[in-house]
Amino acid sequence: MGEITMAQALNRAIDEAMAENSGVFCLGEDVAAKQGGGVFKITAGLTEKYGENRIRATPISETAIVGAAVGAALAGQRPIAEIMLMNFVGVCMDQIVNHAAKLRFMSGGQTNVPLVIRTTTGVGVGFGGQHSDMLEAWFAHVAGLHVVTPSNAADAQGLMRSSIDCNDPVIFIENILCYGLKSQDPGPGYRVPLGKAAVAREGSDVSVITYGRTVLDALAVASELANEGISVEVIDLRSIAPYDEATVLASVRKTGRALTLHEAVRPFGTGAEIAANIQEKCWDSLKGPVRRIGGTFSPVPFASVLEQAWIPNKQQIVDQIKASMGRG
Amino acid sequence: MADIDRDTLLDIYTRTMKVNRTDEKFRSLLMQGKVAVMYYCVRGQELVSAAAMAALKDEDYVVCTYRGQGEQTAKGIPAEKWWAECLGKVTGTCKGKGGTMHITHPEKGIMVTTGVVGSGLPIANGLAMASQNTGDGKVTMVSFGDGAANIGAFHEALNMAQLYKLPVVFLCQNNRYGEHTAFADHTQSESIYGRAAGYGMKGVRVDGNDVFAMYHAAKDAVDRARAGEGPTLIEAMCYRMMGHFFGADFSYMPKEHLAEMQREDPLPKLRAVMLERQFTEDELDAIVAGIDAEIEDAVAKALAADLPGPEELQIDVFEKVPA
Repeated sequence: MGEITMAQALNRAIDEAMAENSGVFCLGEDVAAKQGGGVFKITAGLTEKYGENRIRATPISETAIVGAAVGAALAGQRPIAEIMLMNFVGVCMDQIVNHAAKLRFMSGGQTNVPLVIRTTTGVGVGFGGQHSDMLEAWFAHVAGLHVVTPSNAADAQGLMRSSIDCNDPVIFIENILCYGLKSQDPGPGYRVPLGKAAVAREGSDVSVITYGRTVLDALAVASELANEGISVEVIDLRSIAPYDEATVLASVRKTGRALTLHEAVRPFGTGAEIAANIQEKCWDSLKGPVRRIGGTFSPVPFASVLEQAWIPNKQQIVDQIKASMGRG
Repeated sequence: MADIDRDTLLDIYTRTMKVNRTDEKFRSLLMQGKVAVMYYCVRGQELVSAAAMAALKDEDYVVCTYRGQGEQTAKGIPAEKWWAECLGKVTGTCKGKGGTMHITHPEKGIMVTTGVVGSGLPIANGLAMASQNTGDGKVTMVSFGDGAANIGAFHEALNMAQLYKLPVVFLCQNNRYGEHTAFADHTQSESIYGRAAGYGMKGVRVDGNDVFAMYHAAKDAVDRARAGEGPTLIEAMCYRMMGHFFGADFSYMPKEHLAEMQREDPLPKLRAVMLERQFTEDELDAIVAGIDAEIEDAVAKALAADLPGPEELQIDVFEKVPA
């Protein structure tokens, strides 16, 4: 089999799910054929196959989009709602946090919300302060939501299928810079279970716990440091919440050193939660404090030079790993 | 004014009195200190809920608000399940995890009770969208107050519902107050129903204290929705005869307003209609006595029922937490 891009993989996963289950449908701004199949073309070609009721182009109304998806999910459908860019979740947080996340619990299990909210974001394309943020920590903090993000095309396909299968709401975060990434084609029907991390690279000296686009940086750094005799293990969480604690803790118990890495700003980020958990549960295995890397604590800037200074870079990863090894 | 047949009239009367007697009982329990929970009184709005629910089929969907006792009771949630939930008992319809502001009972179509003003409208669109997608023939009705008409979700939802011609009915119970703020102090619009025109939607205003007007407005809207003719915004004029929630001060309501709402009280008006239509005092009293007996039994069982155990904190958060 050949290669597949992340954009193709997402389109295929949605296509397969729609073909198998007539309750699966997409809604969002510009998603239908008339509008070009989505700004990033993830739903391209699907209107022609499934019709406009199942690929519903919506007005620019995020609250109405997510609300409708919640209602349809309550009625037993499996909507895939697209929030074009992650910052726009600010418009519809009530529907996500007060409704999608809580209705199973508040109804005592009488209802549930099998809903996927796809959204994209990413620093590095010059979109500025309101189109770039990684806001996964907002959702990871809410009981009842799964938060997922792929770092490669095969995982994108597999995680999307599992997200559509899931009987609870899933926030599915895509990174604009990753749509063109290619993987070996995993073939039809491929699934990656939610809540299961991948050991993206095995190593023995330090564990880097990360997800999404920064997995690529971690892997690049790991290759580089191997030449200097430092063995880096890279854990790709894939599911940010609930996350695969067992895999993370096992890795840290093996290496004795841990670094959390994400594109989102560092203060109160998911890395802080993971670091605290490691320190509570692996204290005796640790050879030093858990280190954290995240984006700069400022709005994402526009000017390219500032944006590159904002984003966590490979040199920071190298420096933190070396410091943790006492080789700083 | 179009008529209502005797069976339907009796049905609406029964639903109205169930709502009213439930409200009276709740206030009495709160007053006596036998229960201490948040409760949003529906006194004055009973008929709006009862007539609207009578226009729906059993399997139709309803989304309501924290002031939703009327819709919940009139749509037919069993009293035992309802009372136990309001008292936070494990025998409640949501195992005591939803409470008065989040009553859910899908068996009778009560899909969501939201505590967030205006949030029900977009969700109602989704339920209706599911019906449109599957062709199951159901209609969704969402109830909300005049205060909800000022939040963005209302406008987004109306626009989307009309765009897709969804089988949904928007029932605004204009009780003249958004929390503590009078209608004229929260909008310069003369009406809520008039806003429908802005979205190309049919809007109607009705006297929510008049059983004929209220029932026919609801029935027409439900019939239109079921026939695929799209949504309707109904503005049912009514009064909230108590404060925002039980125990809340309502001295901010002017005396003239209080006098007006006493004059317009839907219950004596409905009773007069029933007598005019040859139902006897005895018949009507017997209906109320039957309702009271059912409520007393449900309350006694709810008071005696078990509280939920701490294990419930881990149940229903997710279907399953990934291993």
